[in-house]
Amino acid sequence: MDFELMINSFPKLISAAVITLKLLSVSLIVGLFIGLLFAILRINKNSIVNKFAYGYSYLFRGTPLLVQIFIIYFGLGQIEYLRTTFLWVILKEPYWCAIIAFALNTGAYTSEILRSAFQTIKPGIIEAGKSLGISKKIIFYKIQIPIAIRQSLPAYGNEIILMMKGTSLASTVTLMDLTGVAKYIISTTFKPIEVFIVAGGIYLFMTFIIHNVIRLLEKKYKFN
Amino acid sequence: MNIFKKTIFSVLLSLLVIGNVNADKIKIGTEGAYPPWNSKNEAGKLIGFEVELAYTLCRYIGQQCEIVEQDWDGMIPALIMRKFDAIMAGMSITAERQKAISFSQGYADEVASLAVMKGSSLEGLDTPAGINLTKPNAAAKKALKTLTGALAGKTVCVQTATIHQNFLDSGDVGNVNVRTYKTQDEVNLDLASGRCDAALAAAVAFSDYAEKSGKPVVLTGPTFSGGAFGNGVGVGIRKDDTELLKKFNAAINKARKNGDISRIATKWFGFDASM
Repeated sequence: MDFELMINSFPKLISAAVITLKLLSVSLIVGLFIGLLFAILRINKNSIVNKFAYGYSYLFRGTPLLVQIFIIYFGLGQIEYLRTTFLWVILKEPYWCAIIAFALNTGAYTSEILRSAFQTIKPGIIEAGKSLGISKKIIFYKIQIPIAIRQSLPAYGNEIILMMKGTSLASTVTLMDLTGVAKYIISTTFKPIEVFIVAGGIYLFMTFIIHNVIRLLEKKYKFN
Repeated sequence: MNIFKKTIFSVLLSLLVIGNVNADKIKIGTEGAYPPWNSKNEAGKLIGFEVELAYTLCRYIGQQCEIVEQDWDGMIPALIMRKFDAIMAGMSITAERQKAISFSQGYADEVASLAVMKGSSLEGLDTPAGINLTKPNAAAKKALKTLTGALAGKTVCVQTATIHQNFLDSGDVGNVNVRTYKTQDEVNLDLASGRCDAALAAAVAFSDYAEKSGKPVVLTGPTFSGGAFGNGVGVGIRKDDTELLKKFNAAINKARKNGDISRIATKWFGFDASM
């Protein structure tokens, strides 16, 4: 065990963890919007809208994230026509390709989490609102959405942790995230165990924080 | 019951025999993704200069060989962890790597070069045809200066953990934007897509790609050798494995004397890259 290497690589890995967190937070925010939108489309009565939303979640939950990120980064890069359009400004950058892949992936899972949360709301609660003469819109925004969010917190916390680990795939499209920098240090020192232990420890610490924040939120929004 | 016992006995015996054969085999690690040094054919079989050379060297050593595939970025750690006993993967002999493993004498050498897409502003740089960085002369220093100016702010793509990455990180050509990839294939893809302004690798890696893909990839600037680019390609062996190192050195001597290395190199590179 080379403890000196572990100590020396720690600051470099910490600054790389900042990039990991940036990737995670941006894709989670975008993914949450996508997820909410598609969850609402999923519970829509119109079967075409419903099928479209289902198709999206089926596609992104049914293929590996690595394949998705490769198709978006290397695949789209091969289409010559695309390189002449304004889209190339975004797709040229590995950072945005990673964000697009992560957001679409987490969006698909989030839409399923929220959909099931919407569907577990007891009809009695909505009927109670109706009998009090509250409009459908207000029932949706003030009753259904808050309950759905509370219901989905444990599952969504899980999704955040899965996504955080998923960001390690950013290193496959040249981004220097936590895994990318760990691999870089290994490439010059040839000592994978030491460096991956430190990187793994940092990932574990981030999981610990996320886990506790979610638990706190769960407690705060507990039903009495 | 007797048949049952016999079966068990013969299975155990065969396991024992297989075990013994394995113990005698030299396992050689290669990447299988760096043509013409080593690559795979359509059937997934490992082919290339080093694969053929490895079997030739093993014949001179007088032991059976097994060639195993290993991702490039884990090559040296895998050797140290005893996943295999030797590396033949287009790995140049550098001082940095020699801190971790030993190398046999070099068996082949080949220059590195920058590549760009046809029509790039980096085409036709005013530099000599080739520079050696071991003891750079005035012309080489001037060429590095020219490159520093031309590459400023540009994105140059390389395979990770290579001499090419080391060279760009060394600062000899100033502050370029270095992007690293797991395989040379990915470097080629992103060079063709325009995400990289230039790429740096073995010159033959680019000419091989240009030929096979039909993409207008052209070499530019000087070819590089020496210094960060190391002293030829050799067999990587664990430091404590001095016995195997001796065997490989002797086998390379014999293969060189008999003209095997030149013959195989010419077959795969199109020119004699042996040393």
